[in-house]
Amino acid sequence: MSARISKGGRLLDPSKRLSFSFNGRNLFGFQGDTLASALLANDQVLIGRSFKYHRPRGIVSSGVEEPNALMSLGHGANFEPNRSATTIELLDGLEVISQNHLGSLEWDFGFINNFFAKIFPAGFYYKTFMQPRIAWKHLFEPIIRNAAGLGRAPSLPDEASYEHFYAHVDVLVVGAGLAGLLTTYELGKSGLNVLLVEQKHFLGGHALSGDFEVNGTPIAAWIEKTKQELANLENVQIKKNFTLVGIHDHRYLIGYENLEVAERLGQSAIRHRLWRLRTKKIVLATGAIERPLIFAGNDIPGVMLSSAALEFYKLYGISPGDRTVVVTNNDLAYLAAINLHDAGLSVPLIIDVRDSSNGDLPNLSLSKGIRIEFGKGISSVLGKKRVSGIEMCSLKGEGSVQETIPCDSVAVSGGWSSTLHLWSHCGGKLIWDYKLNTFLPNSSKAPTDENGENFIFVVGSAAGSFCPSQIPQNIKETVSTLLNDFQGVKQKTTKILIREIRYGDCDSTFVTPEGAGEKLKTKCFIDFQNDVKLSDLRLATQEGYESVEHLKRYTTLGMATDQGKLSNINGLKYLANLVGKEIEHVGTTTFRPPYTPISLGSIAGEARKGLFKPVRKTPLHFWHEANGAVWEPVGDWKRPYAYPKSNETIEQAVAREVTSTRHSLGILDASTLGKIIVSGPDAGDFLDLLYTNVMSNLKIGRCRYGLMCNENGFLFDDGVVARLSEESFLCHTTTGGAERVHSWMEEWHQTEWWGKKVFIQNVTEQYTQITLAGPKSRLLLEKLGGSNISSENFKPLDFLEGKLAEIEARIFRVSFSGELSFEIAIPSQNGVEFWQRCFEVGSKFDIIPYGTEALHVMRAEKGFIMIGDETDGTVIPQDLNLGWAVSKKKKDFIGKRAQERIFMADPCRKTLVGLSLQNSSDKIPDGAAVIIGGGGKRSNEVIGHVTSTYFSPTLNKPIAMALLKGGEKLRGKSIEIPMEFDKALKATVVDPKFYDVEGSRQND
Amino acid sequence: MLRFICPICNLPADETELTPGGEAHIQRKGPGSSDSEFYEYLFERKNPLGIHFERWLHSYGCGKWFHAARCTKTMEVFGTYKAQEVKPPRHIIDNIKKKRPNWKNE
Repeated sequence: MSARISKGGRLLDPSKRLSFSFNGRNLFGFQGDTLASALLANDQVLIGRSFKYHRPRGIVSSGVEEPNALMSLGHGANFEPNRSATTIELLDGLEVISQNHLGSLEWDFGFINNFFAKIFPAGFYYKTFMQPRIAWKHLFEPIIRNAAGLGRAPSLPDEASYEHFYAHVDVLVVGAGLAGLLTTYELGKSGLNVLLVEQKHFLGGHALSGDFEVNGTPIAAWIEKTKQELANLENVQIKKNFTLVGIHDHRYLIGYENLEVAERLGQSAIRHRLWRLRTKKIVLATGAIERPLIFAGNDIPGVMLSSAALEFYKLYGISPGDRTVVVTNNDLAYLAAINLHDAGLSVPLIIDVRDSSNGDLPNLSLSKGIRIEFGKGISSVLGKKRVSGIEMCSLKGEGSVQETIPCDSVAVSGGWSSTLHLWSHCGGKLIWDYKLNTFLPNSSKAPTDENGENFIFVVGSAAGSFCPSQIPQNIKETVSTLLNDFQGVKQKTTKILIREIRYGDCDSTFVTPEGAGEKLKTKCFIDFQNDVKLSDLRLATQEGYESVEHLKRYTTLGMATDQGKLSNINGLKYLANLVGKEIEHVGTTTFRPPYTPISLGSIAGEARKGLFKPVRKTPLHFWHEANGAVWEPVGDWKRPYAYPKSNETIEQAVAREVTSTRHSLGILDASTLGKIIVSGPDAGDFLDLLYTNVMSNLKIGRCRYGLMCNENGFLFDDGVVARLSEESFLCHTTTGGAERVHSWMEEWHQTEWWGKKVFIQNVTEQYTQITLAGPKSRLLLEKLGGSNISSENFKPLDFLEGKLAEIEARIFRVSFSGELSFEIAIPSQNGVEFWQRCFEVGSKFDIIPYGTEALHVMRAEKGFIMIGDETDGTVIPQDLNLGWAVSKKKKDFIGKRAQERIFMADPCRKTLVGLSLQNSSDKIPDGAAVIIGGGGKRSNEVIGHVTSTYFSPTLNKPIAMALLKGGEKLRGKSIEIPMEFDKALKATVVDPKFYDVEGSRQND
Repeated sequence: MLRFICPICNLPADETELTPGGEAHIQRKGPGSSDSEFYEYLFERKNPLGIHFERWLHSYGCGKWFHAARCTKTMEVFGTYKAQEVKPPRHIIDNIKKKRPNWKNE
């Protein structure tokens, strides 16, 4: 059984007992524990079920590489699935639930999958669920959806707070193991601004589990001393619980700081913090990750990495089992055997797949009387929910059992992989080292920065220095190179002495026995998290998935939360064997950020709820809100869609607003309309290039409706231009187009016509713009007083600057409703006052506010186009019968050349028409396709689509506009709009001007 | 995340402050141009894996357009210059040639 031994561990504070719950059971741990060590202390060896076969699984590792120990934490708004127990610092009151079981962890009904494992090989989804089609909806999909995914999704919105944090440093050192600490110390002494980050909750990394001395000081004491010395350096900052998750172009880094413990203790308002860093240089002291060996039953709870067995023992005082068999292809695993043996636990056997090793550690083990068997392997691990023994076999051969050894834990080591994910994020290449059996950074293909220079340096075991004694020299040289790029900074090397340990070479063996047959291979797990076995990889390559990227996707090898930190290298080695290549020619899959999973909350940061996308509000927003407006989002704005009264539906409200405006007086908040002032001696010439019509000959005090096209000739914005003075024009744009048109003008001015003396200013928010529409609008303005707006003095498309009700105002006589109408621009600070004055005075004219829908209905009744409805980025003005607004005289304007292309004059282009419905109770769906109709094959051809469709309260019938091929020629003809269930609406093609065709009302 | 020195502000600007504007130094073709010239102006773009001259807008800064010479493979930046330069200036070309002796400006 796994248990806590009385000696305790280096990280443990036995005076602080913490309680937590696992699947509802109350358990205890100590301050300094991880959730994983605390579970092992309570003999919780079975901690979860596997994803596909629901096999019992135990803790394999002690770090971020953990594939099995995924837990759900908390409940309600604090529920979080798929957290790795090995990376969670134990907290008092932590609630933990294991995952992936139907029923209890001990008795999982899903385990039935294990007996059908033969029919669930790699790619079984692709092969199995093809036929019959009907089964997809009712059988396969519900079952797969239910079984898919790790953990459960949270059911409530996350209530915690997250933030982004920005920082700049000279050098970022990643990893606070021996190499990271030494590097930081050396850089810190040189005076550089250094940030040292460590993903775990303690400093020291693997070194803290070691027994060597640095300059005569035992390692644990040396780490403590160095920590103190670094704390005294003002230019050095150390962050624990901080994972550098991504290195991006131009030395941009993403870090993830976990503040859960501080948050829980009330010391932090933030749960996770996302750091966005720029550094000059980065040092990766990211260490190495141990790989498992592969043998049948290597996933049974109780089999763990030798590094994990050592670390759980040294740091947390955990005995992984009473009897531990060690199986290895290298010398480092002997450390676990020696330590467990010295702790008084039984180590009946070390199985070494190598023929021999003359390293210091095997010799020490022998001298302690530990039995070592060279040239052997494990044929099978015995046990179901926990290891009960192993069967030893010869490494060569097919695995006939030579001896059965009872044990309750197996410490396994298949060599070490340097941790180089971050090196690869920005393009760094790797090279396979046959002696060390790991990928190492290829320094001739290093990631480069914006100056083409190396900016990532690798030290320690990440660079292949697996022996502590090699590290000081390695760091001295690396720091010296790094400092070349910091002028005037001098290296201050401290002499560091660590006794050398002789290591035997690591073997390339990774599967035991070498000749394992199919029966064993179907129990040889290579990727624990995704339940990928040797037999799956063989099947995949046999089916042609020989590229490493294809293999990954077909078998799911190396996917999900651990991203194959344990399995990738073994997978590549096996693939190399299968296809008969060397591992360096097989290549690796691409390492991408993030290095470890980060919370979605941290990515969102503060950008949640109201801050996710701030809403633009006009000065009258609060009046609308108080008067029952229902909203429509337009661009970033919120505009009143309609103002329904308590007894009205929205449709009724719109109809009332239209009717009332047409009969007496309506008032609209049009403040969102874009307003751009173009001024300067060349303003007229410049606008002539931007608009399709001529603007330079516009008279002061007059307005003109203008169109803007892009270089493709397509219409993208429209609006009324007013000439304010000889050298300044006020250009109105659509609500959504203000920013676009402004930057469009800037772009052409800066990059094409920079010689033109023009200044462009977006004044959209400086004015509250109000439309007064309806036959009584002039009466209201006269009542407000201050300006002469009589029909003789103030003609359509006139504008004047003056006063209304003592308030400064620009009055434009323009109409988008077809009624007598005035648009009034008031300085924003006076907007509310003016709006209220209009209501006070207007009550006798039955003034009502109308929203955007009434605006749309009225413009459609008049056949006026709307950008985004009648246009879709492929429509030229001529298509909309707006050819009159495209100048034939001008030598050039944006879009002119494009409109000269032959197909722009094609008589078959879709052009704008109106549709009149033969049956007035029908409603035409927006965007519906239009066909000629009348039966026959030819008549089913789609000739266009509906662009706008409304019920017109004025005409008491539905109206629509459509873009139809050869539109004008279809006038008077009937067309059909196919609907569901073989039905069709019948309509007649008419003039899109439905109401007051002569325009007598607006010109009154 | 890319970072360029805005030649107007003379300050480094993160990619999030900038808006990309595609290939630089494309000569506008207006009325009078042939169909093929106009087609090329509208649609033909280089998109090289290597050195590229680009337009960028310092949208959340000074609001000005500028040009940048960049390697699209390594993200190396050879310099930035004003949008009103109709071809890459001498010092930019020199800088590229210094680092990529075999490069030819096509």
